[in-house]
Amino acid sequence: MNVLTVPASLDHQTVDAFFDAVAVSKEGKTLFDARHLRWVDPNGMVGLLVAGTVAERKHGIIPRLELPESTDVMGYLSRMAFFEAAKGVFEVDEPGRRPPPRASDVLLEITPIASNVDVHQVVDRVQSRAGAILTSRLGYPATAVVQFSVILSEVCQNIIEHAEGPGWVAAQAYNWARRLGRYVLVISVMDVGRGFRGSLGDEHSARYGDRWGDTTALEAAFLHGITRFPDSGRGQGIQQIRKQVRKWDGAITIRSGTARIGQVPQWDDTPPMVDGLQPFPGAQISIVLPAKAKEE
Amino acid sequence: MTDPDLDPIWIDVGEVLQRTVTSLYSHLITRPTGRAVRMAIETQLHAVGERSLSLIDLSEVVIIDFSCADEVVAQLLEGSHSSRTHEAFFVFRGVHEPHRDQIETVLERRGLAAVAETEPNVYQLLGRCSEGEARMWRELERLGFVAAEDLSSALPDGAAVASLIERRLAFRSPGSGRLHALSRLVRRLH
Repeated sequence: MNVLTVPASLDHQTVDAFFDAVAVSKEGKTLFDARHLRWVDPNGMVGLLVAGTVAERKHGIIPRLELPESTDVMGYLSRMAFFEAAKGVFEVDEPGRRPPPRASDVLLEITPIASNVDVHQVVDRVQSRAGAILTSRLGYPATAVVQFSVILSEVCQNIIEHAEGPGWVAAQAYNWARRLGRYVLVISVMDVGRGFRGSLGDEHSARYGDRWGDTTALEAAFLHGITRFPDSGRGQGIQQIRKQVRKWDGAITIRSGTARIGQVPQWDDTPPMVDGLQPFPGAQISIVLPAKAKEE
Repeated sequence: MTDPDLDPIWIDVGEVLQRTVTSLYSHLITRPTGRAVRMAIETQLHAVGERSLSLIDLSEVVIIDFSCADEVVAQLLEGSHSSRTHEAFFVFRGVHEPHRDQIETVLERRGLAAVAETEPNVYQLLGRCSEGEARMWRELERLGFVAAEDLSSALPDGAAVASLIERRLAFRSPGSGRLHALSRLVRRLH
């Protein structure tokens, strides 16, 4: 049995190291030991599903998940519909009696994205909650719901159009009291498809020659709006998401393969490019939107 | 004043969306949805003869994403410009603030421009255009129409006016030679 310890805090800052551990895991059935998980954000939850899927593909056996001991974390997972999404990804014991539902800042429970119908359902679903969270928690104008829905639509379509594989999306608001002194909305969109290098390779790798790799593929898509489609109207999705995230002083990072690229504001110390990670399938997108600062 | 050879037609995109794709979808999002809506509009236009003026009404659309804006606005314009059998003119209605960035972005990206009603009875030229085109378009918009014999005095930048006609941002009546602001031609549909 291959035991992978899930870190005590699994979020946008720690998920890459977790993926790296999955990528180099040895053969055989994998046990994801999440007993000591104390904090998990949408990147951590969706990341767990991605990690489980990758482990299953790699070793041909559905991995086992040991559930967290913390009732708070179990409550989080339950509210985010993690257990429904985990069916078929993990062998997991019935989580037992869950804490009663309470008012939460869940904007979007973990939702699988496999077709355009799913994108329509996601955008429909967030309409009722997005207004309350974006205006009351983040202090954005009421019209921000439309812009938020647009970036959610575009980022989910990225899975269908480029990954050619299944993925998940989730979003939740948190009070980053210590880190930022403000609420943030964390959106996670991840897939286990062919990644940016695979998506762009046929059309663009020759131009880059030996330099072609995960880093150059991410730069091509993220910075230059290059896609595999020859049509000049394509490739706007990521560019427009970046533009809107920048307007809201937010952060967006994308890992694909061995690299992660980001557009990070002043309040975030994440480096804009990280390479040399372990090879990992698909693309993993994290967006963090902070509440409007009081002086703004 | 409407020339008899250009009767405007009104196309409610919200209704086309529900009729064409599915009544379950309430938003203009995803590329396949946009493509289906654009094709339904194109089919409708092919049935109206060799020339058309359409008021593409987005008023009932709450959300339009960039993919759909590209399909339903930019590619509709681009496709119509390349047609040899049909001369199509468009005015986009209901391009309110939440839609505007998406539509301007896709027009810019393809080097296109379009006449859009951004608030009730307020028309603007969106997308890529020269300073001269913008100036002549605004003047034509103010005047509503200009008789053939008054063109050079009322709209002195002849190259810009020719470009507006070529890009179908203004309509020159083949019979009278009169130049019309598209917004005036669709006014009767309000």
